[in-house]
Amino acid sequence: MADRTKKNRVKHRRLIQLFFAAASNSYVTGFATGMIYQGDLKKVCAPGLNCYSCPGALMSCPIGSLQAVLGSRSFQLSTYVFGMILAFGALLGRMVCGFLCPFGLVQELLFKIPFVKKIKHFKGDRVLRNLKYVFLVLLVILLPMLTKASGDSSPYFCKYVCPAGALEAGIPYIIHEQLGTVGAAGGTGALPAVTGLTTLPDIGNAIIKPAAIGLPAKGGELGFLFGWKMGILAVVVLLSVMMYRPFCKYVCPLGAMYGLLNPVSLYRLRFSQDACIKCGKCARACGMCLDPTKELNHAECVRCGDCVNVCPTDALSMGFGDGKLSQKGVLSKQA
Amino acid sequence: MRRNNAWIVLTVIAIGLITVGALNGEINVMFTKAIYICKECIGIG
Repeated sequence: MADRTKKNRVKHRRLIQLFFAAASNSYVTGFATGMIYQGDLKKVCAPGLNCYSCPGALMSCPIGSLQAVLGSRSFQLSTYVFGMILAFGALLGRMVCGFLCPFGLVQELLFKIPFVKKIKHFKGDRVLRNLKYVFLVLLVILLPMLTKASGDSSPYFCKYVCPAGALEAGIPYIIHEQLGTVGAAGGTGALPAVTGLTTLPDIGNAIIKPAAIGLPAKGGELGFLFGWKMGILAVVVLLSVMMYRPFCKYVCPLGAMYGLLNPVSLYRLRFSQDACIKCGKCARACGMCLDPTKELNHAECVRCGDCVNVCPTDALSMGFGDGKLSQKGVLSKQA
Repeated sequence: MRRNNAWIVLTVIAIGLITVGALNGEINVMFTKAIYICKECIGIG
């Protein structure tokens, strides 16, 4: 395959990432007014991790939504949200992570920043990868389900861990709160859009100060929890400069779920043993520290395509379906 | 080597789950949460 084609493939992925991140957060009015989108698109889950409290978010975060339903006293299980996650996973697997997740894009861009020492391999890396399954089972599923005796439970992962929420929702909210523009009326989302209010005030066209809708005065909201979330964000940002996608590797519960479906998803990596010359370039190129020739469609693979791009013999390819079966029964890319 | 068709079964199951969830009112729960700023997600609640 010509080098030009491979370069085009990398270029297209970045364009897709940028387009999807922009498109899924394209409610520009929200950034200007500090109010979030309240239209019908919020009834649909975005495939990637994208906080629905982001002023620009058009769709719901699947992890936030899952916790909301599991933590609701009206439901014991989630079928709609889980079904959406299952659909994305069955069709795409962790291709969502590699192409469609805005927070994955943020980490990749941070990784491009030069640093004294970039970390790829370290002792305990593979064991630590299991931590995201702990977050998934404990914070996303069990705690919301089991702590709703006195009312709807908290979204524990969002509240105590998720740096995407801190970045996409927390920082814009604090900026608007400092400017005194939280809850500006007008347009779609004319409501103050703040949780916890049982009676929404008649705001008319007034600019609402935080105190008028029951929020603490400027500066009074930023307690320990905010500091904790910002601290986690700072750690993730720093680690993202030092290593490739640390949040995806060790924390993301959504990636954990999609990863379980990687081996069976429609979109997949394909490998031809006939064409492989065992040069090892694919393993060296893999940011997730995998050897694609031995760990094809592994749960940790984010389907970034870097291995495909560096393969000198086109032994690796990526796409929908299995490709053409060779005479030896090995899957290979159709000529 | 057998072709991988498990995704078809999973997708059908997913469509079924989505349909059931849509019919039993789950969308309203997630929508109500999604259209208000989550103070806990930001770290101020």
